[in-house]
Amino acid sequence: MAIEWYLALSALIFVIGAGGVLTRRNPLVILLCVELMLNAGNLALVAFNRMHGGGDGQIFALMVMVVAACEVVIGLGIIVALYRRHLPIDVDEMRELQG
Amino acid sequence: MAEVLFFLAAIGVVGGAIGVVVLRNPFYTVLALVVHLLSLAALFLTLRAEFIAAAQVVVYAGAVMVLYVFVVAYVGGGEAATGSGQASELRVLAVLFAGALFVCLCIATLGSGLQALGTEGAEVGAGYGTPQQIGDLLLGRFLLPFELASYLLLLAAVGAVVLASRRRGVGEGAEPVISVAQLLRPRGTGTMAEAVSGLPAAQATGDRDEREARERGDQGKERDDDADDDRPRVDHGASDRGGS
Amino acid sequence: MSATTLAWLALALPLAGAIVTALGFRFWRGRAAGYVGTAALFGSFACAVGAFLALQGEPAEGRQLVSALWDYAATAGLDAELSILVDPLSILMLLVVTGVSALIHLYAVAYMGGDRGYTRFFSYLNFFVFSMVLLVLAGNFLVLIIGWAFVGAASYLLISFWYRRATATAAGIKAFVINVLGDVGLVLGAYFLFSGTGTLDFLTTFERAPEVFTENDGDLVAGCILLLVGAFAKSAQVPLHTWLPDAMEGPTPVSALIHAATMVTAGVYLIARMHPLFELAPTAGTVGAIIGCATLLIAATTAMAQTDLKRVIAYSTMSQIGYMVMAVSAGAYVAGLFHLMTHAFFKALLFMAAGSVIAAMAGNQNMDQMGGFRRAMPFTFGCFVVGGLALAGVPPFSGFFSKDEILAYTAERGGIFLVLVAVGYVAAFLTAVYTFRMIFRTFLGEPVPEARELEQGHLYHPENPTNPASGEIEDTEVGFPGPEHHVAEQSPPMKVAMGTLALLAIVGGFLQIPTVTHLLDDFLEPTFAESIYFEALSPSDAATFVGLGLGALIGLAGIATAWLVWVREPGTAAKVRQRLRPAYALFLNKWWFDELIGAVIVRPARWLGSFALTAFERLFVQGTLVGGTSGIVRAGSAAVRAAQSGFLRFYVALFLGGMVAFTIWFLLQA
Repeated sequence: MAIEWYLALSALIFVIGAGGVLTRRNPLVILLCVELMLNAGNLALVAFNRMHGGGDGQIFALMVMVVAACEVVIGLGIIVALYRRHLPIDVDEMRELQG
Repeated sequence: MAEVLFFLAAIGVVGGAIGVVVLRNPFYTVLALVVHLLSLAALFLTLRAEFIAAAQVVVYAGAVMVLYVFVVAYVGGGEAATGSGQASELRVLAVLFAGALFVCLCIATLGSGLQALGTEGAEVGAGYGTPQQIGDLLLGRFLLPFELASYLLLLAAVGAVVLASRRRGVGEGAEPVISVAQLLRPRGTGTMAEAVSGLPAAQATGDRDEREARERGDQGKERDDDADDDRPRVDHGASDRGGS
Repeated sequence: MSATTLAWLALALPLAGAIVTALGFRFWRGRAAGYVGTAALFGSFACAVGAFLALQGEPAEGRQLVSALWDYAATAGLDAELSILVDPLSILMLLVVTGVSALIHLYAVAYMGGDRGYTRFFSYLNFFVFSMVLLVLAGNFLVLIIGWAFVGAASYLLISFWYRRATATAAGIKAFVINVLGDVGLVLGAYFLFSGTGTLDFLTTFERAPEVFTENDGDLVAGCILLLVGAFAKSAQVPLHTWLPDAMEGPTPVSALIHAATMVTAGVYLIARMHPLFELAPTAGTVGAIIGCATLLIAATTAMAQTDLKRVIAYSTMSQIGYMVMAVSAGAYVAGLFHLMTHAFFKALLFMAAGSVIAAMAGNQNMDQMGGFRRAMPFTFGCFVVGGLALAGVPPFSGFFSKDEILAYTAERGGIFLVLVAVGYVAAFLTAVYTFRMIFRTFLGEPVPEARELEQGHLYHPENPTNPASGEIEDTEVGFPGPEHHVAEQSPPMKVAMGTLALLAIVGGFLQIPTVTHLLDDFLEPTFAESIYFEALSPSDAATFVGLGLGALIGLAGIATAWLVWVREPGTAAKVRQRLRPAYALFLNKWWFDELIGAVIVRPARWLGSFALTAFERLFVQGTLVGGTSGIVRAGSAAVRAAQSGFLRFYVALFLGGMVAFTIWFLLQA
């Protein structure tokens, strides 16, 4: 398949992920949507890499995966902390930043 | 053949994505994402990025998603209907933005003058996408990012432990956390609590409970002092008590 | 020392006195402040005499000396220096002002004894004399305006000296507001003249005026009439006169100094000083003469019906100044200034004597409650009679010579001025009547209780001090009159001052006995050398003697009438009052000027003020400007605050929106 199909697909995934971040209230699901966006980025990277040859894009995609994993870990840690304190797991309720 | 594979994988990808966004039960969303990730791995394979595909399955679908499943099981949480409150306007706005963004991205990528987009890509040798190539690159050209990534993972692990740990309760002898910045800052330029209470930044917390506990602790300490001190006392006991 | 140096000294000494008295406010004990102030004034008078002698030492042509201290506001097109003009006119005024002021200071040293505001009084009084001297010595319009304004301020301070009395503060405000109106006229008049001649300096203005302005030039007439407005406000001429009777709320020395001898003569001085301009614009001169005449008649008639002792004297001041204004507007400069001098003597004397009587009455100024003080206060009675005879124009007292000189010289002008002179003679008759009405009612007849007490040698003191005008209860602390009352018979300083003035009132007239002496004429000639009227107006000997005889007759007739009505047949006054009830009402209510001004000016002004406060201030300023501004800020900040909602998804939406915008922008760039 020509590369442009992959890019279009990547854009589509990204946009779906963005829509999900805006629409959902559960922070878990929001994190999942963020994962979607990251994956879209990965796809684009790998596609371009295929276009150019070489391996830079794939390394970049690996780094993205590392970052995504770290961010998921922290995010889930926050959600667990929220749950421990009996606070509602709802992004709309968590409006005030306090110590 | 490749096209068929592409389209099948694409359907899986998009379907999983939409599932993540639309499904109500968070458990189902996690599963949808797993489907998405596996399809994405298939797509990577069509792009001849074998190692990435494998990493995707092992790291992402394997480890990260399992973590998600654990947390979802722990936290659970269905979701109230998102139609309440601001969500309806936000949904419309979201769809609009998304559409606009999609159009923009397509124009940006596809409308650019890159000739090679129409092709299947450059000519690549047999070693393209193999673990060997990746390994060479990681430990060769991209050694620094590789090391930094490992630091990042360490930080994330420590952070997660600290975040999720059981914080010690308030008033149980909490030690004030002093930072270098606090020591270097001139008096009075710190937090509001410091300005109001007049204590040095290290001791000033805005927490009323902690302040009361500190005072109680101080009194307790003084009583302890009187009790523990069995040296012959010069007569300042009365003045101490009076002057508290 | 030269004349100008001495003049500067005469100016500086009262200022120094004021400052020293004020600064040492906490240190002065007893009457020390009074002596300091009086010493400053006597020093100033000595300098004035020295300046007079020095000036007479100069040759006749060189008797107009200008001396400038420094450039005050010299810019392109404006030459304002701090300069004084020393010439015969200003020296005459200086001598009168400092001389009479020194005597009044001496009087006040005793009169104000025991008042808690003693030091403040002398500080203000010295400041006033400084301002007045600045006014008469001014060499350009700027310094004149400065002195003019200062004099108004000093007048305000002194009228409301007993500031805890509501009547006094109201009177002070009234005087100040009307004076400010005059200030506006003065400044605008100066502007009109400046716009034509391009200079503020007096001598230069007088030189350039004939070249720049034609006869009765519109600008010149406007400027002169505006100057007249200023003069009328200061000299209490109709219609800006309503402040003078109310100003009698001030202590008697204040009334003597400011409202008899000095401040109210500033208008006369102004017209005399500006005589080249008034001669170039005869219309303005005629207006001045007519108003002066109207004032002297209105004031004389009003004085006939008043019962407050000081107010009768105040109206007589107004009337006499009307004579002076009429004289200098008509061109009889020497006559007007001569009357100014003699009037200062006998009017100050009258006020001082009235102060003595009022002290005997413990602050009560109502003539209805006075009577028979002749035996109790012989010295005061004598002074009163001397002053009254001078005022009524009985020979050989000073007022006789000066008033009749005015009438004779003004009649020389002819035309409408003859009418004015006729009115002047009628008013002279009325003057004699009301003056002796005042004397007979106060000193003759049955002694009232206060008089009887005084005959025993003991001054009457009321149980609770009250404001004689409004009856409100007072105390004797600061802001109210002190507990002591000083009568001339018992105070040497008062006696000395009054005695000196009585002497001057008797012999002052001998300066200008017609056909015998003309000392004032000779003295003032350098100032008025280029005046058309100075030489031209000289009545024939026959006319002069007829006038003198007529004046004497009228004066004696007035005294006789008063004797008849108030002493021989006491019920006559009441009968006349009944017969002429509307006339009596008109005179008693001061020709309803106060009510007229109240309706025409004060009420609309007050309405405007309340309208501004309620409608304009509340709706526009508070509502729109202040409320609007704060409302806009509040709305703006609310809008900005809404962006910090804390909603995560809102932030993400903004984020994505920004991204879209960026992308579009970059695409468009490409």
